[in-house]
Amino acid sequence: MKYMLLINSAGTDQAQEGCEASFEDWMAYDKAVQEAGIFVAGHSLADLTTATTVRVDAKGERAITDGPFAETREVLGGYYVIDVPDLDVALDWAARCPGATGGGSVVVRPIADFEG
Amino acid sequence: MTGPYAENVEAVFREERGRLLAALVRRFGDLDLAEEVTSDAIEAALVRWPVDGVPPKPGAWLMTTARRRAVDRLRRDRTYASRLALLQVEADRAAPSPAGAGDELPDERLQLFFTCAHPALNADDRGALTLRCLGGLATPEVARAFLVPEATMAKRIVRAKKKIREARIPFRAPGPDELPARLPGVLQVIYSIFTEGYAASAGPDLQRLDLAEEAIRLARILRRLLPAEREVAGLLGLMLLIHARRDARTGPGGELVLLDEQDRGRWDRAMIEEGLRLVPAALAGGPPGPYGVQAAIAALHDEAADVATTDWPQIVALYDVLLALAPSPVVELNRAAAVALRDGPEAGLALLDALAGEPRLRAYAPYPMARADLLQRLGRLPEAAAAYREALDLAGTEPERAHLRRRLAAVT
Repeated sequence: MKYMLLINSAGTDQAQEGCEASFEDWMAYDKAVQEAGIFVAGHSLADLTTATTVRVDAKGERAITDGPFAETREVLGGYYVIDVPDLDVALDWAARCPGATGGGSVVVRPIADFEG
Repeated sequence: MTGPYAENVEAVFREERGRLLAALVRRFGDLDLAEEVTSDAIEAALVRWPVDGVPPKPGAWLMTTARRRAVDRLRRDRTYASRLALLQVEADRAAPSPAGAGDELPDERLQLFFTCAHPALNADDRGALTLRCLGGLATPEVARAFLVPEATMAKRIVRAKKKIREARIPFRAPGPDELPARLPGVLQVIYSIFTEGYAASAGPDLQRLDLAEEAIRLARILRRLLPAEREVAGLLGLMLLIHARRDARTGPGGELVLLDEQDRGRWDRAMIEEGLRLVPAALAGGPPGPYGVQAAIAALHDEAADVATTDWPQIVALYDVLLALAPSPVVELNRAAAVALRDGPEAGLALLDALAGEPRLRAYAPYPMARADLLQRLGRLPEAAAAYREALDLAGTEPERAHLRRRLAAVT
C-alpha cells in the first residue's frame, strides 16, 4: 500500500527555535527510507517564493498568479511516497521524519487505488 | 421468536458476536464482510438452533457458518475477492498469521479494540465503533446511546469504516514496546462511554445506566485480554466503585443527589467489593497510573460510612499524585473540594477562586456549584445564590437543574 507523506514546515509563528532538523538528520532519514526498501518517490520543493499558480476558467481562459504565499500557515516543503503494509507502519515513518519535529508536521495520505 | 429462550440466546450472541467478528476480521481483513457474515451466522442460528438443538460447540458452529457465507460471497463477487486477497497478502506481510487452527476460537478481540480506538480515527467515532463492534450494539442502539439521530450515527460509522478500509488501519494489537503509548487511547474510549452514561451531558435523565454498564462490560473483556495491565484494572475498578453508587445518586423526583447527601445504604456492596479487589492490582508493582489513582480515591469514598469519617487527608494526597500524572483544572477543582473537607470551607474556596481564570472551567457547571456550596457553608448567602444561578445556567440535564433549584431556594 502506497502512502504519500506531505512534509509541511512550520509557519513563522509556530517554528520552535533551535528545534529545526539539521541537514544530517534529513540525510540519515533519506538513507533509512532507501535502505528499508520502501522508497517509491520523493522530492524536496524549492522555496515557496518561486511558486506560480495556474487556474483555467469555464471559457478556457488561463490565469497565472505569483504565489500562493503566506495565507497558509504551514508550507508544503517536500514529500515522500512510500510502500508499506499498513497505516501504522506509514505513521511510524512519518514520526521518524525530521519534518515532523520543530513545529512542522507530516500529513499521511493513502494513494488512491483504482485497480482493485 | 419470543420468550425466555430468545432472550437467553440473544444474550449468548451478544457475547459471541464480538469474538466471532474479531476472528473473521482477522481471517478476511475486512470489517464490512466480517460484520455481514457474523449477522448471517447469528440469524441462521436463531432459525436452526430452536429446531435442531444447540450444537455441542456453538462458537465453532457460528464460525463455520460465517466462513461459509464469506466464501459464497467472495465467489459471487470476484473484484471484491481479488481486493481482499491482496489485503490478506499485505496483512501477512505486516504480521504473519499465528500457525495452527484448533477447535477453540482464538480471542482476537484485542486487535479489534485497538483498531476501533485507533488515534487516526475521529475521536467521536471511536466510542461508537467500539460499542458496535465489541459491544454488539446495532447502529440504532448506538445512536440512542449518544443521543444523535440514527442517520447521523450511520454516517459516522460509515466514515470510520471507510477510513479503516481505505487508509488501511491494521487489525493488530500493538507490541509490548508500543503498548504504553496506545493503551491509554483504548481506555479513554471506554471511560468516555462510561462518563457519558454516568453523567449524561444532555437530556432528560441524569444517568444512562445502559451505557455505563456497557462500558463496564467492555472493560471486563479488556481485563481478561490484558490481565497484567494495571491501568486496565484501575479503569475497571474505578468504574465499578462509581457505578456502585448509582441508585443513591438520584432522588425520588429524579434529581441529582451529591455524595454528601447520598443514602449509603443504597450503594451496591457487591460491586464495591469487586472494585476494591481491583485497586491493589492497579497500584502494585510500579508507579501508579491515572486510572489506578482515581480508583483509589473512589475506594476511599466507598469505604467511608459518611462524609465526616472519610479519609480526606489521604484523598487530597491522592489528588496531588493525580495532578502530577495528569494535570487538569477539573482535577484541581476536585482537589479543592477535598481540601475544603480536610481544612475547612475557607481553604477550599481560596483554591477555587485561584482557578477563576481557567478557560476549561468557564462553562463547567460543577465549578460554580462547588463555589456556591462553600460560600453557603461560610454563610455568605447572597454570593452563594449568585453562584447557584450561574451553575443553573450551565447545567446540561434536568436532574442537575432540579438539584440546583433546591439548593438555591435554601439560600434565598
